[in-house]
Amino acid sequence: MNIDFFWGIFIGSLHAMVPITITGTGETIGESAGLFNIGLEGILLLSAMTGALGAEAGGALVGLIVGAATGFTIGLIFGLICTYFRGVQLIGGVGINLFSAGMVAFWLIHLGVPGHHAVAEESRMVDISTPYGSLSPLIFVAIALPIIVYFILFRTRLGLKIRAVGENPQAADVAGIKVNLTRLFSTAVGASLTGLAGAYISVDWIGSVTKEISAGRGFIALATVVFSGLNPLLVLLGGFIFGFFDNLAVWIATMPAVQKVVPWQFVAMAPYVVTLLIVAGVIGRVRFPAAMGIPYERE
Amino acid sequence: MAGRGSVFWGRTEELRKTVIAGIIGFAVGAVIIFLYGYSPVTAFGALFSGAFGDLYSISESLANAVPLILTALTFAIGFRGGMFNIGAEGQLYLGALAAVTVTLFRLPSAVSFALSLIFAALAGAIWSLPVALLKATRGVHEVISTIMLNWISHFLSFYLIAKILVDPLRGEKTVSIAEGSRFALLVPGTSLSYSLIISIVLAIVIFILLWRTVIGFDIRAMGHNELAATYAGIVKWKIILFVFISGGVTAGIAGAVHVMGRPPTYAVYSGMPAINGLGFEGLAVAMIGRNHPIGIIFAALFFGGLLAGGRTMQIFAQVPLEMVRVVEGIVVLFLAIPELMRLFPFLNKLKTSNLFKARASE
Repeated sequence: MNIDFFWGIFIGSLHAMVPITITGTGETIGESAGLFNIGLEGILLLSAMTGALGAEAGGALVGLIVGAATGFTIGLIFGLICTYFRGVQLIGGVGINLFSAGMVAFWLIHLGVPGHHAVAEESRMVDISTPYGSLSPLIFVAIALPIIVYFILFRTRLGLKIRAVGENPQAADVAGIKVNLTRLFSTAVGASLTGLAGAYISVDWIGSVTKEISAGRGFIALATVVFSGLNPLLVLLGGFIFGFFDNLAVWIATMPAVQKVVPWQFVAMAPYVVTLLIVAGVIGRVRFPAAMGIPYERE
Repeated sequence: MAGRGSVFWGRTEELRKTVIAGIIGFAVGAVIIFLYGYSPVTAFGALFSGAFGDLYSISESLANAVPLILTALTFAIGFRGGMFNIGAEGQLYLGALAAVTVTLFRLPSAVSFALSLIFAALAGAIWSLPVALLKATRGVHEVISTIMLNWISHFLSFYLIAKILVDPLRGEKTVSIAEGSRFALLVPGTSLSYSLIISIVLAIVIFILLWRTVIGFDIRAMGHNELAATYAGIVKWKIILFVFISGGVTAGIAGAVHVMGRPPTYAVYSGMPAINGLGFEGLAVAMIGRNHPIGIIFAALFFGGLLAGGRTMQIFAQVPLEMVRVVEGIVVLFLAIPELMRLFPFLNKLKTSNLFKARASE
């Protein structure tokens, strides 16, 4: 084992980190404002699909933009239902997941390739190559984004408004902040980041679209947000931890020596087991915004 | 407590809301179908005839409904207690595999049959324990823990199917349930077996549990107003444990009942194509059934019909059956809105006479 080996694992982990971190950062914005979006999984899936279609139409960058736009649109719908229409957030999120699962499967069949749609090579993102492996530009985005969002949330007036709306909407309303509009905006922006992450999966990282391409990552991101205590910097850390195990699972499964000892199914389980353990271990200290999950009504 | 009659009447508003949401769902589905170049009329025509057109269709719809009733009950019990239990998916896999495992022991038929169900219930209950314990002791949100456990069960099941329970003659499936332990067919020539009885009986049992026993009252009280319930002396961790374990029992039995009652193979295939998704479908069924056992039975029938009709729709109208899931998603999405009726016309100012908390209003 030499240094290349570890670099390889490190870079692979960075790639796997991207969807979790970007999605988690987006959801942190939304949850700080008080909306718990369980539909992240569906948004990831849907934007993976639309991003792939966009990339095939106009190139990788277009694909990413289309993915983000998809996320924004879904976020807008979800936000509208949960703010102005006083919808129950958990139910709305589940509806989004069902809708997305159906829509993507429908699309795959409609395109004539049941199960698996590989994005054409020329549509994929061009990665920066290094001696140890190719790096995606989005890795740098995934690292920079939590830092930027942390700054916005905790050092600007906009961030203060967002957090106020999630913590005590009545007081925020009295202070003149438009509660529902702020919540809507936060969720939509957060969801657009999730859309970006979804497009990354299909256009850049894995390069194909299947019915299960999101593989529970939306929920992993939710778990990451939960144990980060809505701190984007911890989301970055959590994303890397999960990315490490996610990548390790794939990598180990291809090593013949290990395959004899550990069946691949157990390796595949590892990221979820780790997430569960971390969440179980850390949770005691986390608190959510007081008004999260409750639609706001002006009295 | 009010008698059955007034419970029904009080549900009418919920029923109207469900119907409106259903209409919207189908309308949007029709638009999507149309945009893709298919004919909504042909599609939905095939859908409904495939679901309820003749005895065979109705039987297929009922057969599809059987496991859905049970997984919906899992979610509904949790919802009534104020919790969001979406662990049915992982629990039902293990329930199905538990039933297969019992068959491996080649016990006498009646014993094997009974033990299959019992062990399946146990498997589901055991898988729900970590969720309950983590919530009760560490305050872990059950959404996260159930999702993680679902995926862990997913891969664990793959392993069990491929390595431990595999059929020596046909590697892509598990050993089939022994002939004596299967449910007999209710309607010959269809997929409908006596497992339907189990589902309906359990639905009634849960109804009695939630609305006619003390523990059921405690659960619902905890769901309506946790603070008041705690003040009244109801112990939260006991409720958590009870809710998740009973949910695990119904989910485990859902898996068992499916594998023991589904011709022609009575086994689980690798990749679990037949049982995959039953947990999440059950979620949607529960919501559309307004988390009440009676509503759940009808909603499950509706969903079962959509699934059965979906296949017909795919064959005769060439519309991929996943469109059914799209419709489901939209219906659920609209059901999230508590004041759905007042959206029409939705420019009406939404009334705010009292603080409205987004919990079950039933």
